[in-house]
Amino acid sequence: MALSTQSAPGARAEEHAGTDALSADNLSVFYGDKEAVKKVSLRFAKGSVNALIGPSGCGKSTFLRSLNRMNDTIPDARMTGSIWFDGADINAPGTDVVSLRQRIGMVWQKPNPFYKSIYENIAFGPRYHGVKKKRELDEIVESCLRRTALWEETKDRLHQSALSLSGGQQQRLCIARTLSVEPEVLLMDEPASALDPVSTSKIEELISELKQEYCIVIVTHNMAQAARVSDKTAFFYMGNLIEHNDTNIIFTNPENKQTDDYISGRFG
Amino acid sequence: MNAMRQPSPGGPGDAKPAAAPAQGKPDSAGAKKGGPSAGNPARPKRSRRSRTASEWQGKAYTLICVAILIVTIFSMVFFVASKGLATFFTNGVSVSEFLTGIKWSPDGEPPSFGALPFITGSFATSILAACIAAPLSFCAAVFMTELMPKFGKRFMQPVIELLAGIPSVVYGFVGLSVVVPFLRSIFPGQGLGIAAGAIVLSIMILPTITSIATDSLSNLPRGLKEGSYALGATRWQTISRSILPAVLPSMLTGVVLGIARAFGEALAVQMVIGNSPHIPRSLFESASTLTSVITLSMGNTVKDTVQNNVLWSLALVLLVMTFVFVGIVRLLERRARR
Repeated sequence: MALSTQSAPGARAEEHAGTDALSADNLSVFYGDKEAVKKVSLRFAKGSVNALIGPSGCGKSTFLRSLNRMNDTIPDARMTGSIWFDGADINAPGTDVVSLRQRIGMVWQKPNPFYKSIYENIAFGPRYHGVKKKRELDEIVESCLRRTALWEETKDRLHQSALSLSGGQQQRLCIARTLSVEPEVLLMDEPASALDPVSTSKIEELISELKQEYCIVIVTHNMAQAARVSDKTAFFYMGNLIEHNDTNIIFTNPENKQTDDYISGRFG
Repeated sequence: MNAMRQPSPGGPGDAKPAAAPAQGKPDSAGAKKGGPSAGNPARPKRSRRSRTASEWQGKAYTLICVAILIVTIFSMVFFVASKGLATFFTNGVSVSEFLTGIKWSPDGEPPSFGALPFITGSFATSILAACIAAPLSFCAAVFMTELMPKFGKRFMQPVIELLAGIPSVVYGFVGLSVVVPFLRSIFPGQGLGIAAGAIVLSIMILPTITSIATDSLSNLPRGLKEGSYALGATRWQTISRSILPAVLPSMLTGVVLGIARAFGEALAVQMVIGNSPHIPRSLFESASTLTSVITLSMGNTVKDTVQNNVLWSLALVLLVMTFVFVGIVRLLERRARR
């Protein structure tokens, strides 16, 4: 539980450099006057899958988006508190947002492939980060597609439009695209909620495999999914972090009554 | 919807069996015909009758409206075509002379009807206008949607839409009093010509292209931009590499529509182009377009003479070109959907 840490911010950087890939400290996010996330502190360990659950509008997606400063694209979003990544506060002035987002990748609920070929979708990121040679790009494309189990399905039509893929394939392509820039953290905002059960299980398998190399933070509405894929689960309600613990504890023996009600479907 | 339920005349659900003999067939048959009998006999009769009646009325009303539209369009096409083709079939002007001849003197002795100067004039002005307007529109649209959305929505967009509402005679007048003297002061000649026409037209088609570009930009799925940012692309990389490819087909649609509009514009062009029936040797020499020659000459000809018919032939060329432009737009849209 990271809810009650009182150390001074200066000491936090040291402390966080250890096993945590990413941690939020007293993070609040405002949209205009509305406080969407209220003083949340959470730590995500390297090589773990962390699920964020909670009813719609509880601030979990907002929290997720603030982790790679995606909220910058929303005009009146504002943040207080700090997010520690690699020993630095990502909200500090002078942070290179572009390279930050390369290191903290994100996947959305709705697949959002670029209007380009499958190949170009994956080559897009690496190109901007200095990979120019065709051979290297080919290798990156193949390895990313292999890791997302798309290679066999797409190797014969790499140069067709990415929009010709099915929804589940598009989503795996978006994950592959995110992997192409070799991030350290993967943020996923309901990555399987728009997909059919077969595609969902593929995505879940993928998450379990990717866990070896990445710290994954996943927002989900699907309790069973959270229970299946995650190591730790955080329950959000009305912008507050209610409970954060090992997934099996949250789902079998939660401390908080609200958590218990939500998980057992007695919420409301 | 109701094809699954078989009608059961006199069945327990059928309050008024009188309806059943009238439509004693499975409902799917009625539904296929689309006739008023497409109700479900298993339901109470009153609500069914009022529902089918209003369905029928709605269908009849829309059918009538569509029929009027179709008849209007086809009779216009037929009228223009029959008049325009009469030049060739009744008056015996050769098609190749009409399309490739460069001498236009309908009242000459013998008369000659070479329309090439007008065709080239029309194409030159409208394509040049699109070349001027397209980059301006793209940048304006990107600015309004990506860079300063608030300022764009509140101020720029209304202003650009205002441009679309200005009457073409005003454009022509401004062109004549501002653009033409300006060109005259810089380039040799009178200032009247294709360049002046293209500049005036480019401002007239600016709102068309800009609003289509703006719409397609703001209709893009939000995730597309975020996806690009999330890969560590900068704003400009995002705009040029992920947003532009996505909107390019609809932007091209906008450009083609702009060209089509420019192609058909008569008054403003006629005021600044100089109206001499030659293929000009420079952009600053007096020229003509299909539309300008029609508006200038139509009052001076007598119905059913070759001089009148040949104007219809010019109109037919305009019409055919419009079809071609529409066809191109369709093609682009189909490609965009893929």
